[in-house]
This record gives sequence, structure tokens and C-alpha cells, in this order.
Amino acid sequence: MSQFKDRVPLPPTDADRTNMTCHFCIVGCGYHVYKWPENREGGRAPSENALGMDFRRQIGPQQIIMTPPMHNVIADRDGRRWNIMILPDKECSVNQGLSSTRGGQMASVMYNGQGASRQRLSYPMLFTGDDWVETDWATALAVYAGVTKRILDEHGPESLAFNAFDHGGAGGGFENTWGSGKLMFSALRTPLTRIHNRPAYNSECHATRDMGIGELNNSYEDSELADTLLFIGANGYETQTNYFLAHAMPNMRGETIAKKKKWFPDETAEKARVIFVDPRRSLTVSVAEHIAGKENVLHLAIAPGTDTALFNGLMTYVVDQDWHHEKFINEHTSGFEEALAANRMSLAECSRITGVPEAHIVKAAEWAYKPKASGHYPRTMHGYEKGIIWGNDNYRIQAALVDLVLTTENVGRRGTGVVRMGGHQEGYARPPYPGARPAIYVDDEIIKGNGRMLTVWACNAFQSTLNAEQYREAVYRRSNIVRETVARARGATAEDLVDLIYDAVENRGGLFVTNIDLYRTKFSDAAHLLLPAAHPGEMNLTSMNGERRMRLTERFMDPPGAAKPDCLIAADIANTLKALYEAEGNAEMAARFDGFDWKTEEDAFNDGFRRPQGIDSQGGATGDLVTYERLRAMGNNGVQLPVKEYKDGRLIGTEMIYADYRFDTDDGKARFMPAPWNGMPQTVESQREKYRFWVNNGRTNHIWQSAYHDRLLAFRRDRFPMSPLEMNPEDAKELGIEAGDIVELHNDYGSAFAMAYPEPDIGRGQLFMMFGYDNGVVGDVVTPWTDRNLIPYYKGTWADMRKVGTMRDYQRTVSFKRRRFDLA
Amino acid sequence: MDLANAMSSPGLTVCAEHYGRHGVLIKPQEAFDAMTGISRRRFLKAGGTAAAAGATLLGTGLAGAETTAANPGATTLPYPRAGIAKAAALKVNEPKAFNYPDDDSFCQMLRLGAPVPGGVGPDGDIVAFSTQCTHMGCPLSYDKQARTFKCGCHFSIFDPEMHGQMVDGQATENLPRILLEHDPSDDTLYAVAVEGLIYGRQCNVL
Repeated sequence: MSQFKDRVPLPPTDADRTNMTCHFCIVGCGYHVYKWPENREGGRAPSENALGMDFRRQIGPQQIIMTPPMHNVIADRDGRRWNIMILPDKECSVNQGLSSTRGGQMASVMYNGQGASRQRLSYPMLFTGDDWVETDWATALAVYAGVTKRILDEHGPESLAFNAFDHGGAGGGFENTWGSGKLMFSALRTPLTRIHNRPAYNSECHATRDMGIGELNNSYEDSELADTLLFIGANGYETQTNYFLAHAMPNMRGETIAKKKKWFPDETAEKARVIFVDPRRSLTVSVAEHIAGKENVLHLAIAPGTDTALFNGLMTYVVDQDWHHEKFINEHTSGFEEALAANRMSLAECSRITGVPEAHIVKAAEWAYKPKASGHYPRTMHGYEKGIIWGNDNYRIQAALVDLVLTTENVGRRGTGVVRMGGHQEGYARPPYPGARPAIYVDDEIIKGNGRMLTVWACNAFQSTLNAEQYREAVYRRSNIVRETVARARGATAEDLVDLIYDAVENRGGLFVTNIDLYRTKFSDAAHLLLPAAHPGEMNLTSMNGERRMRLTERFMDPPGAAKPDCLIAADIANTLKALYEAEGNAEMAARFDGFDWKTEEDAFNDGFRRPQGIDSQGGATGDLVTYERLRAMGNNGVQLPVKEYKDGRLIGTEMIYADYRFDTDDGKARFMPAPWNGMPQTVESQREKYRFWVNNGRTNHIWQSAYHDRLLAFRRDRFPMSPLEMNPEDAKELGIEAGDIVELHNDYGSAFAMAYPEPDIGRGQLFMMFGYDNGVVGDVVTPWTDRNLIPYYKGTWADMRKVGTMRDYQRTVSFKRRRFDLA
Repeated sequence: MDLANAMSSPGLTVCAEHYGRHGVLIKPQEAFDAMTGISRRRFLKAGGTAAAAGATLLGTGLAGAETTAANPGATTLPYPRAGIAKAAALKVNEPKAFNYPDDDSFCQMLRLGAPVPGGVGPDGDIVAFSTQCTHMGCPLSYDKQARTFKCGCHFSIFDPEMHGQMVDGQATENLPRILLEHDPSDDTLYAVAVEGLIYGRQCNVL
């Protein structure tokens, strides 16, 4: 960030300008990076700066976003210093010039060798048993590959565990999922792999995919066209901010009625009505009421974990009213009758289970599914996220939801969709996972003493897994066995270290832990080896957003020190292993590590995304049409995957999937799936019976995921020095808790600590804690229960709460005003 | 950007010129007088020797652009020192609008009734902020019940009782604080500087 708080340098007219898609959330807002020599700056006249704006006078509202955190001074490896400014792109169809509070700080998190960025890993680091020391890549790779090879040779790949990203954006992208995936799945072939935010290698959308519907099937524009927006367990204002502000909000204000009339000439067109399914009155509910008027917002505050019952009640009611789409069901689906029979639930029963009044269920059905005045079926956009993805039985809830959507043909038509709203961006291209479904519950294997080596790649389960306390305890205990061994080494070569480490993991139950990341993290506290990675801008990176929009973020600066892109780290590891096998004349094993002769991230991209046959790639079969050069020409608007063709210098993409009613099943018909209401799992129910508070949890607007950058930035850290815990003021009062107090949540699985934040919108007996933070980990009280595919029920646990103490400094420095927008 | 560059930059050389609300170029003295209602003579007396560098800089700034540009020793912008109200005239929880450091920058001062961080006045409870949202410059409105400033464009919320901290929203900056001084001899509140970049500007002083 600039050292000046009351002025910023302007980019001169000849500043370099490159494209950047935001590092963070699924929405993937477009930004421009301006870069120019440190000792120059543009003038205030429009002709004197690259923005073409007149800074000699006050610029009016909504004309620009340009703040000190959007500027930085960086140094490349050759010592030259540059100003950079990263501003939202007004021409990008995604964000249309908007920046979120997270993306708006990207310049601040680029490495400048000072302040927070000084915390970046610049070199590989080795834990000597009692201290971290920097080391060179050759030594680090010799140790990593040496231990890997010993374990692989003696025990096979099943002993090589990975916690790995699978997404787009920073810490991901098509280049890096491919590089790491090719190493894990083609070369090492380990099934003992879990994804960054869950304890196994699985999809968060198995049910919808099994029913023939991929989870990202529409465009953001469809939220401008929908008659009704139905958000389920999705808090868009805080977690898909500029999707909500740029696309849903105009529809809620009636600003897209003309567009609707143009697209659908004969249909009734009004401003959107909005339905929220969420036990909590989220910030988005509050904001939506302000935007659309309370009369156009319906909040179904269901009892925790009862989504399946709600969808089944709605499906039953819709069919009983004869609002189902018989022609569509008959021609393009299978299994309707069987599903209806299984899911059938009366209004009274639905109301009893969900706690939602019957009249509200009817109102929701009328808004979302009753034919419009013109006689047309309404177009309802169904957006869901962690509320059901991490809800009570992911597979069952999702099936019930998609059943309802198929009953009402809310897929394949513009203005509809049944889509996950998303967390990270996407960017998946990997060889097939070399294991079965359900996969392996990797965390449980680690706790049980299985696995000998764990590589933690751009993620941090210490902050983001379930049953986290027991997991951390096991990892520390097993890691310390290795640390004690290494501490006794004197004058040991890399080969000696390999022998010592192998002895510890083979004979004493140790676990050798490597962390590949931008920073030392909470997980690094249990690691033995750190490998420094790069993030977008320090490398070229491709990802796609929640409407499958693929863009190229261009490299504009060097990574710090010896840090490098993850895909090239994967290549280094593979090539080191290959050399080890060649040295002992094992051609067969050496051949498994072929094909990593990459010099740049573009080589990895060309090797994976552009050669889609036989791999799992979100680019699909036409990935070969995409090149860096073609993407660069498409700028921040990129192309929506899958690409249809390359024509007249442009990549032509796909706005709506299933517009042709050919679903992803063998016969092309979408499949209904019986999804009867199945109650609460016993593991969770046992906590509910014993403890007072339902511990809901999720993200807040200020903090991105594990806070790997945010914990270092004063603007973020000063806001939330500790995980905030929203609670009903009456509950707080009863327990003698005041705003800013430190409190402890505890149940059979562990205890979590948080900063009390009373909030009247939180129901009695309910809590909402920020997920994934480094200071206060909600996962410590989340049960180990998962659905059949090993997807956790993060949102479902109960705990008691006690006051630990009063933190005067929090009360002195943190605002505890209401985060809801409601106007008094 | 180091300081020498900053002070010789094109941006700063025009700082002492001023564009009024309708884009008409006016001289800083006129703008200052129009904005504050306090004469230069009165201001200089109030600034006196007790006032910090801001007053001195303003003095040179008032003499013309070239003087400002030729002041490489300074590390702060030449903010005016402007009398904005009598403290006793402020009612608790009733915001009062003013403009600072020039006509085109909208601010509100607020007496909160109990001491707050950065508060001045007899009770340490008076603060002032720029009320152009730091995200995209939309005008903030004060919610008396919540005691927060709110933006109707993208729903950012700021807390005047916690140095303008963003409670929630899309800005990347807390609200710029208007630094105040209180002269107990005549109860006058003076705006003396701005901490944080005002929306829509390259530099707080145009």
C-alpha cells in the first residue's frame, strides 16, 4: 500500500496495462493492473493519465474506484522498482467497474518486500527440529523426493497423503490443478488425497451431476432475467458480492424489465421477487429488503437442517396445484413418478418439520412456480451454496432441490438455473482420481495413524476442516515424532535426512509434513518443509467463474525470492523423482514421471487444459481451442466454457447449458432421484440433545477464506482480531456476555474460541461464527459426520457457550455496531 | 513514490488551485473564505504560532501555487485550518454538514455524547468524517438509531464512534477522518486536516 493516506500516484499515459481476474471469490471480477516506473507519475489532466480522467476536480459518485490500497510499489528480481495500481474494469461484464472489499485490496497483497508482504515465503525452508532455516530448492527437493521415493517403493502410493486445492483463482487455476494433479494422480497415483475444504476427494455436487445437471449451468445475466430469485443457504451480498450487486440487484429494482420484455415478448415482466431459505436472517436478506421492498422479499427461516423437507413440501404442493411442467417432464426427464412418491409431503408436515408457516410455503410456491398472468411458467433462478452444500446430508438435499427444479423446468431456460453460487473460482483439469467413490476419509486415516507423508498444498485444514481439534492433535503428535528425530541430526546431508525421516515415519508412527504455500500458516506450525509458491500476477493463470467465464490473468511481476508457480513446483518434484529412478536404472518407474518438462506455466496449460482427452477438465472436449494468445485478446470478458468455436479472431462460448435439453446422462434425459426427508444424523442429533446452541458458521464480507492475506492487513485484522460470534443479545445477557468478550464453545468434540458480537437478528439458541479464521476455529466443535460421499455437515453442530473473559482492547478498537443494513 | 517526487509532481503543483462545485476555477483564498465564513485575517490569528505546520503551509499555500511546490521540506499536504462550528452548538447525535478541505468535499461533524476515539471538544465526543463513501463516493446518510453512516449504493456501513471503521461493506478504506481541534477560549472547532483519501480524488487538496 502507498505510504500516503491522502493521495495516490496516477498511472501515466504510457503505463503498462494488463488483465487480472480477482484472486478471490467465485465471481471473478475483472481488474486492470497498471505498472509504471517508481519515479514517474501521470498528471491530473485527462490527457496526462492512463485513466483518462480529470483529477483536477472532484470526481462524481460511481465514476471510479481508486483508493490507497489499490496502489503499491513493487520490486522485480532485477532490482527495478515500479508503481502498480489495480483498478476494477468498467468494461468487464461481470463486475462492470465494481470492486468488492476483498478484490479492492489486491494491490496491497502483492509482494513489495516490506510490511505484511514480508511474511511471504521467499525460499524453501527446512525445520531442523527446533527452528526454521532457509534452504535451496535442490536440497528441499532432494529431501521431499527422497522421502517420497522411499515410501512409494516400500508401501506404494497409499501412504502418500495430500491436502490439495482443486479450484481456480489464487492457489489454483487450470495450470496448477493440472500440474499438481498430474503429479498426484498420474505419476504418484495416490488415492489418499483430500480437497482443500473437506476430508476426502469428492464433489460437492455429486447429486446434481448424477441427475445429469452440472452445477454451473447458467449465466450471471440470468439473474437479471429471472421472475423470482430463490437463494438457498446463500449469502450473496457477503460471498458473491458483485454478482449480487451487478446482476441480481438491478432485477430487484425493476431496472431489467425492458430487457425481459425484449427477450420474452409475450410474458408478464415485473421486477424480481426474492426468496431466501436460511435459518439465519443474513446480511443479504437485510440488503434485499432495502433494495426490493419488504413486500417483495420472503425469508423462509427454516429450522436448521430441514431443507430437504422444504423442497419436498414445495414439490408436492406444486404438483397438487398442477403447476408442474408435464411436457418437459415427459419428454426430457425420467423417474418423476418414483421421486414424487418418495418425496411426497403434505403442507402440514412440511410446516411442522421446517417451522415455516404453511402460508409462507404457499407464498413461496406461488412466487416461484405459479403460472404468471400471461399464462407462462415463471422463470426462477435457484442459487444455492454452503447452506445446503455443507448442510444436513449434501447428497439428499441436493437431490430434493433438483427434483423440485426439474418438476418446474427451471433449467435450460434463460432466466432460470439451478446453480451453486460458489466459493472459490473454478479451474479444474486433472487426470482421473485413482480411487473409488466414496473416496477415502483422509483426515480420519491421518488420525488413525495411517499415511506416512502429508503434503499440504495451498490450503489449511487446521483452520478449515471438521473435527479440527482432534485432527490437529493427531498431526502435531505425529509430526513431532519426525521433528525429534531431525533435531538429533548433525552434519546430515539431504540423503541422511531422508533416512532419518523415513525411520521416524516407518518405525515410530511419525508423519512427514510439507507445506506448499504463499506464507507460513497455522498448518506450517506442524510442518518440516515449506516450499514457496506464487500467486496470480506473479504467474499467468487461467480460471473460470460461476458462469464458466474463463479469463487469463497476466503475469506482470516476479514472485518473491525463489518462489515459483505450483505447477512448476510439481514439475520440479516429478523431475527429481524421475532422476532418482533413472539413477538406479528403474526405467518403468522413471517413465511414470515423464511429461513434466515444462519451462513455464503456459507449458502446463498446454499439456493439460488443451489436451482434454482422457482427463477431467472443466474446459471439456474443446479445450484445445483455447490458447493464452486467444484468451489475452478476449480480455477481462474472456469466454464462457465450453468453447463452441474460434471464429474471426474470437473464442465463442456457451451462455446457457442444457438449452437444447440434452442432459449429462446416457440417454440425455435428466434423472429425478427419490429424496425422502431423512431427519438429523444421529451423531449430530446427540450434540443437539446435549447442548444449548446451534453453531451456524460461514464467511463474512471482510475476510477471504483462511485469511491468509487478511490476517496480515490492518484494515481486516483490526475489524476482526478474533473470529466474530454473532449471538442473540438476550442469550448473551443470560450468560453475562458482552460485546468483545472472549467466549468458548464446547461440546463432545472440542472447544472453539471467539469474540462475542451480539446481534438481534440471530435467533435465540442460535449462533453464527466466522468460518476458517486463524484466531478461533469453528471446526473444533464440528462433528466428524459426513454424507455418503464424505461431504461434511459443517453447519450442523451444537455446543454450550461460556464467557472466558473480557478483552478491553477489542472493546476499545472494534466496532460492534450492527452489520445489517436495516434503516432505522 | 518518495517525498521529493511527490512534492514536485504535477498533482501537487496544482493543489493550490481550486475548482468550485461547478467546475469554475477559483483561487484558494476565495474558496476558503466562501467555505468557512472566516476571514483570512481571523484565520491567521487563530492559527497563530500555536497551530502546527498545517497553518504555516496554508499560509504559504495561500500565497500561490508556486510556493507550495517549492516546499520540499513538507511531508503533509497544505490543508486549510477552517473554523467549522461552535462546539456548544452541536446537539448530541445530530450530524451537522460542512465542507472541507474545499467546497466539493462533503463532511459531517457529530457530537456523540460520550468520549470516542479521536473525539475533541470539552467532552472528547466530537468527530467529523468525509461523507462520500470511500467505495464509490455515494453520499452517506446518518442512521441515528444505529449511530452509523450508511451508503445506499452498495450498503457499506461506517462507525463514527470507532474512528470511521467500516462495519461492513465494499470499501477498502475506513471513512476519512477530518482531524479537528477545539479552541477552548471561544469554543470554536477547527478542521485542520484529513486522514484518509477522499473519494474521487488523487490528492485530498485539489
